[in-house]
Amino acid sequence: MTENDRRMNDPGGDIALYVHWPFCLSLCPYCDFNSHVRETIDQGAWRDGLLRELEHYAARVPGRRLTSIFFGGGTPSLMPPETARAVIARARELFVPDPEIEITLEANPTSVEQSALVGFAEAGVNRLSLGVQALDDAALSALGRTHAVSEARAAIAAAADIFERFSFDLIYARPGQTPDAWMRELDGALALTRGHLSVYQLTIEAGTPFFLAQARGDLQLPDEADGATMFEQTQDALAAAGLPAYEISNHAVPGQESRHNLTYWHYRDYLGVGPGAHGRITLDGEIRATRQHRAPEVWLKRALEHGHATQDDAVLPYETLTAELIMMGLRLTEGIDAGEFTRRIGKRPGDVFAPSTIEALVDAGYLDWRDDGFAATPAGRQRLNAVVDALLNS
Amino acid sequence: MTDLSHIRNFSIIAHIDHGKSTLADRMIQLCGGLTDREMHEQVLDNMELERERGITIKAQTVRLVYTAKDGETYHLNLMDTPGHVDFSYEVSRSLAACEGALLVVDASQGVEAQTLANAYLAIDADLELVPVLNKIDLPAAEPERIRQQIEDVIGLDAADAVMMSAKTGLGVDEVLESIVTRMPPPEGEADSELQALLVDSWYDPYLGVVALVRVKHGQLKKGQKIRMMSTGIAYSVDRVGVFTPARTEIPELGPGEIGFITAQIKTVADCNVGDTITDDRKPAAEPLPGFKPSVPVVFSSLFPADTAEYEDLREALGRLHLNDASFEFEAESSAALGMGFRCGFLGLLHMEIIQQRLEREFDLEIIATAPSVVYHIALTDGEELVLHNPSDYPDVTRIESIDEPWIKASIMVPDEYLGSVLQLCTERRGEQVELTYVGGRAMAVYKLPLNEVVFDFYDRLKSISRGYASFDYELDGYREGNLVKVDILVNSEIVDALSMVVHREQAEGRGRHLCERLKDLVPRQLFKVALQAAIGGKVIARETVGAMRKDVTSKCYGGDITRKRKLLEKQKKGKKKMRQYGNVEIPQSAFIQALRMGDE
Repeated sequence: MTENDRRMNDPGGDIALYVHWPFCLSLCPYCDFNSHVRETIDQGAWRDGLLRELEHYAARVPGRRLTSIFFGGGTPSLMPPETARAVIARARELFVPDPEIEITLEANPTSVEQSALVGFAEAGVNRLSLGVQALDDAALSALGRTHAVSEARAAIAAAADIFERFSFDLIYARPGQTPDAWMRELDGALALTRGHLSVYQLTIEAGTPFFLAQARGDLQLPDEADGATMFEQTQDALAAAGLPAYEISNHAVPGQESRHNLTYWHYRDYLGVGPGAHGRITLDGEIRATRQHRAPEVWLKRALEHGHATQDDAVLPYETLTAELIMMGLRLTEGIDAGEFTRRIGKRPGDVFAPSTIEALVDAGYLDWRDDGFAATPAGRQRLNAVVDALLNS
Repeated sequence: MTDLSHIRNFSIIAHIDHGKSTLADRMIQLCGGLTDREMHEQVLDNMELERERGITIKAQTVRLVYTAKDGETYHLNLMDTPGHVDFSYEVSRSLAACEGALLVVDASQGVEAQTLANAYLAIDADLELVPVLNKIDLPAAEPERIRQQIEDVIGLDAADAVMMSAKTGLGVDEVLESIVTRMPPPEGEADSELQALLVDSWYDPYLGVVALVRVKHGQLKKGQKIRMMSTGIAYSVDRVGVFTPARTEIPELGPGEIGFITAQIKTVADCNVGDTITDDRKPAAEPLPGFKPSVPVVFSSLFPADTAEYEDLREALGRLHLNDASFEFEAESSAALGMGFRCGFLGLLHMEIIQQRLEREFDLEIIATAPSVVYHIALTDGEELVLHNPSDYPDVTRIESIDEPWIKASIMVPDEYLGSVLQLCTERRGEQVELTYVGGRAMAVYKLPLNEVVFDFYDRLKSISRGYASFDYELDGYREGNLVKVDILVNSEIVDALSMVVHREQAEGRGRHLCERLKDLVPRQLFKVALQAAIGGKVIARETVGAMRKDVTSKCYGGDITRKRKLLEKQKKGKKKMRQYGNVEIPQSAFIQALRMGDE
């Protein structure tokens, strides 16, 4: 079998589906996702639009085994459960659903959304991801969140009741937060978890209100040393609690990892449906990157008129593939499998990166280099941008 | 042609801000050289930078037509002189064209070091000095005390000093009158062979090269065939004229007169300032005494901040050189900073002015290495090496001895700051020559190694005296010094642009200082960075920039890949300005900052 044949035949099997719901009740000052506030939403049209685009992509990758669906946003828990039900049902028809299919919904822990959770569970959602963000009312308010800690606790309890699997998100290294205060908050959060927790260091993204505030000097984030300390302490505390990091910001009891997100980090195929959604699909032995139009109204009009609102659809060149594969793969504690790397890239890892760079990274304790694969060490993951940069420039 | 007895050639000697340019403007106004409307502030300082800094760089000249109290009309030729020590060469050639000078002193501030230096130059040139006390209208004026100071410090009879205020115009007529009555007229023979002193030259975009001349004997006319006595090259005069201050063509210049000529001369470099111009057909037997040529004493490398601007920098330097042949430049290549030019200057101010003109007039962003001086290195094989650039320093085993230039510095400072000034001079290896007190002010004369002065002496002097100290110097020959070259190494590789030659006793301190500064400037990165200062192979200071502690994207999911990857690619582009040292990359900006902070 030639190299090309191998790439043609793989990973044609599995695929994941991401569905983007772009609407929120209000915007958070740190968020740079594709989120919009609208007074009214034509729910019927939006459901049709999502279904049309799903059908369009399904026709391009027929016969795949569907391993996960992820409703992200925006705030997808604001969409009618009916819409989720329709999308899930159609996806099940269009692909071959894996018996273990994971269907995740992102939700905000407000009381309004809590009342719809049962509906989503009935629609087929089997995993909930709650945007709790903080267990401190003042911090929630500073982050622009509209829920209170009490609501978050109630939502977590409801999620535990209704869904077999759930996770929630926390944001740390917030303005004014000390390492000690964060450890206490994380301790409180551990009591509420069941199998999975995502913890993100607050990152100031260009174009957000926090970005402007920081530029004006109104926002003082913990410095590099405190940020590093919090990261290290978080890793230790969660590992000790039985939730080791399987990715930079994601912790799980072994076996409870997010299957959908692992698809991204393993750099395997996924479809992106909805405004601004991205996809990576293998077609004819090449990997294509797809992106849908970002603007909700433009997206809807095109999806309804043409069946899709694809903005970009291009084959990724070899260098880009390599960059994306290691950028994503090294986020995982398990790292990158040498066999899979060779199958995807067409060269062995040792032939792609300079031996001197690998040696320097290994010597500095940032990289674990084995015959069967390579992974960033905890110290390396903590500096992953620079490690990836060093590898790509070697 | 004006009768000799009705000509006076004079200069004005003054410290910065003591009112020289204002006085010149008032005299031009009184003599009707310009109408009020034409008169804009400080006509003489016609370079933007000169006007802004209140200093004169290039000599200028103006012919004033003055009707004196005796009813006679006189031509008063004012030769403007640069006020700063770096240009003492230009001062001396301006003075050589004059018979007298006005010594302008601020009636509240008194004599400053530069005034003193230039006054001595004038006395050496046998000029008649007329003391003038300016700003007597100010409440702080103390004319009596300053008059005494002039007598004590300069040794000049100041009993008849003219009192004036250039600002209000008070006493300016007295100044003009004193030029006529107290300064001698020039001497010369109209029928002798032509001997004209070439005082200055510059490039004018419309006229080409313009030569400023003082006729000693004979006559200079339009159409005349002249010869430069140093080169023997002949030219045909196509314009003869004076500045009133407007450029005015006249038929001829006679003995004692100052004016300009143009003669199809190609470049300023063809006009050797101090040369004697004579008639090509009836040449003089002997040239006039010339000047010693100006020699650059301070060297620095200039690099464009944007490497793409290298050619622009070359062109800009070339254009500046057209008008100022006293600075030198030659191409140089630095591993840390790229392609640039090694430049030689007459002094620190000269260096600063050239750098500022490059930035202002040519819109170039310049990186300058720390200034250094010219060392004379005796090699073991008996040869002598003249070292302009520390990066050309020979292997230590080949060095027999090193001589460094010394200066004789005069520092005038109010008593209260004297202690710190003396301490500074001692720290800089200074040797006291003289210390005198005159009415609340002290004058300290020190011999100092020039390399200690170019480092940051002047700025330190200003700061410890709160700006009150004034400073002047003259070169005072070479002496053997216990000197070493200190290299700065990043991950064991030498950063050529940061190498410096310093006294052995200061090597460790300076090396450590630079390492500490670099430590703050080199961004933390994936790997540790070792910063070292070394003499030869011996490390004398060491700092380590620790590895960065955290640099990771918190969230990276399916929708983020494209954007995060593009960020990575963008960073890669930004690295073009990085320089690789082992497995770390140092931004060029860190070296630039280290060099800029060297001026502190």
